[in-house]
Amino acid sequence: MTIGRYVAGFGLSLALTIVAYFLAMGYPTHPLMLIILGALALAQLAVQLTYFLHLGDEVGPRLKQLSFGFMSVLLLILVVGSIWIMVNLNERMLHFSPQQKVEYMLKEYNKGF
Amino acid sequence: MSVTSESVAEEKTLLAKTSVGFWLYLMTDCLLFATLFATFAVMRDATAGGPAGRDIYDMPLVLTETVILLISSFTCGVALLGMMQKNVRQVLLALISTFALGAAFVVIEISEFVKLINEGYGPQASGFLSSFFTLVGTHGLHVTFGLLWLVILAVVIYKCGLTSKLSRSLTLFALFWHFLDLIWIFVYTVVYLMGVVR
Repeated sequence: MTIGRYVAGFGLSLALTIVAYFLAMGYPTHPLMLIILGALALAQLAVQLTYFLHLGDEVGPRLKQLSFGFMSVLLLILVVGSIWIMVNLNERMLHFSPQQKVEYMLKEYNKGF
Repeated sequence: MSVTSESVAEEKTLLAKTSVGFWLYLMTDCLLFATLFATFAVMRDATAGGPAGRDIYDMPLVLTETVILLISSFTCGVALLGMMQKNVRQVLLALISTFALGAAFVVIEISEFVKLINEGYGPQASGFLSSFFTLVGTHGLHVTFGLLWLVILAVVIYKCGLTSKLSRSLTLFALFWHFLDLIWIFVYTVVYLMGVVR
C-alpha cells in the first residue's frame, strides 16, 4: 500500500468517470451505448477493487476473494434473473394497449388469490 | 524483542480476522443493493405518465457528486497511509477532508431530492420514482452513517492517538468508504448515465 497506488487508482477512476459522462451525454442515441457504459463501469469496478479495496493482495486462505466470488454469483442470479423474468412478462403483454393492461390486471386482481 | 514481534504478529492476525468479518458484512450489503438495482432496472420505464429519468436528472450536478465522492475515497486512502506511518496529524487532516467531501455529497443529494419532491416528482409519483428514491436514498443513508462513524473515529483518535484498536477501526472504515464509492459508480452508471441514453 503506497501513495502511488492510490494516485493511480484515483486517476484511472476519474478518467473512466469523465469518459463515461461525455460519451453518454454526447451520443445518447448510439445503439451500443448501454453496453459501452456497462463496460466502463465494470472497468472501474476492477480498478477500485485492485487499488482501493486491495482485493488481490490477500495472503493465506483467500476468504475475501472466495466470499466476493460467491456474492457475485448470487448477485448475477438475482439481477439477471429478475430482469429476464420481468422483460419476458412485459413482452407477453405487448399486444395489450396500456389501458387494456390496466383493465386486465384489475380483472385478475379482483379474482383474488 | 521477541515479545514485540509476537505482539505485532498477534495484531496482524486480529486485523486479518476482523477485516474478513467486516468484508462478509460488505458482501451482504452488496446483495441488498443488488435487489434494489434489479428493482430499479425493472421499474425504469414504469413512469405512469410522469417524467422519465432524462427529464429530471441534473447531469452536471451528478458528475460533481461523483467526483466529490471519488476524491473523498482518495483522501480516505491517505488517512490509511498516514496511519501506517504513525502520522496522527496526516490521519486527522485526511479524515477531516473526507468528512467535508462526504458531507458535501449528502447535501447535494438531499437538495436534489427536495427539488424533485417540490416539483411533484416524489417517490409516490411513479414506479420509476419509487425505485429511484429507494436505491439512491439507501446509498445516501449508508454515506450518512459512514459520516457519523467518521466523526466518532476522528474525535477518539484525536483524544487517544493511534492505538491498535483504533487503527483496526480506521482500516475497517476505509474499507466501508471505498465500498460506498464503488456502489455509487454503479448508481451513477445504471441510474443516471443509462437513464440519459434512449
